[in-house]
Amino acid sequence: MTATALSGIQIYKLLPQTNCKECGFPTCLAFAMKLAAKQVDLGDCPYVTEESKTELAESAAPPIRLIELVGRGRQVKAGNETVLFRHEKTFYNRPGVLINVVDTLEETAIEEKAKRVDAYAVDYVGVELGIDGFAVESASEDPARFAGAVGAVRRVSDLPMVLVSEDADVLRAGLEILDGEKPLLVGATSQNWERMADLALEHGAALSVAGGTLDEIADLSEQLSGKGVEEMVLRPMAKGMGASLALQTQIRRLALKNFRPLGYPTIEFIDKSVDRAMASVLATQAIAKYAGFVALDVFAPELVYPLLVLRENIYTDPQQPIQVQPALYEINDPTPNDPLLVTTNFSITYFSVANEVEGSGLPAWLLVTDAEGMSVLTAWAAGKFDAESIAKAVKEFGVADRVDRREIVLPGHVAVLSGELEEELPDWNVMVGPREAVDLPAYMRTVLTEDRP
Amino acid sequence: MPIEVPKDDWPGAVKVVTLGAMAQDGGTRTSTVTIGGERTLPFLHFEQAPPHRPVIALEITPVRPADWSAALLEAWGEVVEDPGRWAEACGSVGADLIVVSLGLQDAGGDPVSPDFAVRSVTTVLESTGLPLIVLGPGQAEVDNGLLVAVADATKGERLVLGLCEDTNYRTIVAAAMANDHLVVSCTPMDVNLAKQLVILMTDMGMPLERILMDPTTGALGYGIEYGYSVMERLRIAALQGDVMTQLPLVVNPGYEAWKTKEAKVGHGVPDAWGDWGERAVNWETVTAVALIEAGADVVVLRHPESLTRVRGAVDELMTVG
Repeated sequence: MTATALSGIQIYKLLPQTNCKECGFPTCLAFAMKLAAKQVDLGDCPYVTEESKTELAESAAPPIRLIELVGRGRQVKAGNETVLFRHEKTFYNRPGVLINVVDTLEETAIEEKAKRVDAYAVDYVGVELGIDGFAVESASEDPARFAGAVGAVRRVSDLPMVLVSEDADVLRAGLEILDGEKPLLVGATSQNWERMADLALEHGAALSVAGGTLDEIADLSEQLSGKGVEEMVLRPMAKGMGASLALQTQIRRLALKNFRPLGYPTIEFIDKSVDRAMASVLATQAIAKYAGFVALDVFAPELVYPLLVLRENIYTDPQQPIQVQPALYEINDPTPNDPLLVTTNFSITYFSVANEVEGSGLPAWLLVTDAEGMSVLTAWAAGKFDAESIAKAVKEFGVADRVDRREIVLPGHVAVLSGELEEELPDWNVMVGPREAVDLPAYMRTVLTEDRP
Repeated sequence: MPIEVPKDDWPGAVKVVTLGAMAQDGGTRTSTVTIGGERTLPFLHFEQAPPHRPVIALEITPVRPADWSAALLEAWGEVVEDPGRWAEACGSVGADLIVVSLGLQDAGGDPVSPDFAVRSVTTVLESTGLPLIVLGPGQAEVDNGLLVAVADATKGERLVLGLCEDTNYRTIVAAAMANDHLVVSCTPMDVNLAKQLVILMTDMGMPLERILMDPTTGALGYGIEYGYSVMERLRIAALQGDVMTQLPLVVNPGYEAWKTKEAKVGHGVPDAWGDWGERAVNWETVTAVALIEAGADVVVLRHPESLTRVRGAVDELMTVG
């Protein structure tokens, strides 16, 4: 289901087929194969026709255009996706999470909200997550009031903006404040599209394309294309999760088949009429199922933190599992007399162990070795988790200086390493823990708290 | 410009499985749950209306759970002391079925006995008309002892027994076969392992229509992406016609989410995590909804508020506006 660029054979048909060798390859077919693999440039063929050039250039364009919004030195981008399912390759550009502000609020209240949003930062496995931008919405439909709201946000934040009004004059008032930036205008409808196209082109802004059906969205995006608008974001206006999932899925499928009118990222405004609980549910679907930007009305850490984590998880490259940094981790504020556990730096392994220990409330040191992101058994089988590498980590992270208790607990799956590890670490008592992380709390409560000589 | 909607036409379908048996079918349940039957990826009504809703189970324990978050114990109140009343409470907040998770200890703190397990399950059966899933504590010897006794004592109820794992499935499957029950096949986040165990079970003569598949998912923030993708791959394989994957998927966002620090604890955590009660329910709900999007047929939850929210999601996904 991956969107395929042209195959070597398809490209070959567009070449002169004279085998002149001037490109440096013995045949046109050989050159076509290299082109398909993106290892050579079409310009190396002196005889290719203009028509073929155009066709090849189009086929080389990504099926979903990359759209980058720019604030004051801050960016957020969406698009460039190539698959329907993350396991087929990966999802690339995390959907931008935006917070709405409405221009009927007092400017001081807008500033206050924008400040909290801008300052929000939360650590997830060593990565700092935050909000990507603002959607400033005109409910007043008064250009001056809208400009005031945009200005209020801009006074306290450099994040990119989405300007929301169907009235071009209102949007223009906001745009004038954002000189040199690239906001998204929301946007074009079947009624206002010509004025919106002019405004977007004049200010170098991206433009949203609203519609309740595939036909409406595609028709409008084609009209805008015809006017010269290239930077578009689709706004599927489906009512309810079922209809929204259908429309997003259809857009993604068609885009990946290189249907150009739908080859843009999408934006989902979470329905304002729902409460916070339902907003979280709707945003979950938007993040999992193809939105390029998601705008939430409410900003609250307990609402956005789970969503930002979901976004990280869904957009993690399945071929490169996230690894955690090899280090000596402290869990539940251990003292030098608390137990030392050892495991590998595969993210799930680490989280399974850390989570069980954390959940147990028992303090412990967790030594994480560099096993190239493999789980315990895999790393052991590959020779990446052995007595030598564990001993090396003990030295590298100065474990002996921080932990007095000379006792190291191996994962049960690698009990076989204990003899060698005793040789590598003669001052340490090597213990064999449970095979599964879930049994660690019980093991720590019983075995590790027993008095031993 | 009329656009042709791109539709997939899959050759395969998920098996239809019914949990629980009413009087006319030899059980005592007052309602049953039927799941599965999908011929499309989740909720793509434009290809075919989903034949059955994903259902929501709530998990209870025969004795007050020692390791559950204070937030959960508070939400349920004193019913956690009494599995019968707890099951009733689950029914009244709208659970479609109930998971009874047997622990290692009985009410007196002694090692759990088959007799205690049977009494606990019987109490729940008498207190609610909903179908049940009964899970052992997860230690092979103990699980076998308890589940065989429960299976024998509840013949004909079409309970779902679990968890069957590659190291321990024969006894549970045999007990289920002998007493007209179903089983859960549980494997750790891997498409091939999931298939393999189902093959082993069907080799024993267990019909596919009496097996649910638990692919293990991880929680939001703790590996959900692996579970999510394994579920998507399993469902695609099922639709492509791979018979040994054509089973409804049962997942445990309650258990997974409430293990995480984000849900479990309210103090000593970063301010950026926000309000505990709301965050905890969001953690469970976001995990559950993401897994439903990936193809879950049964989600097992712990918090009553999460049930309300997940039901809201399922209601919307089952209708087309």
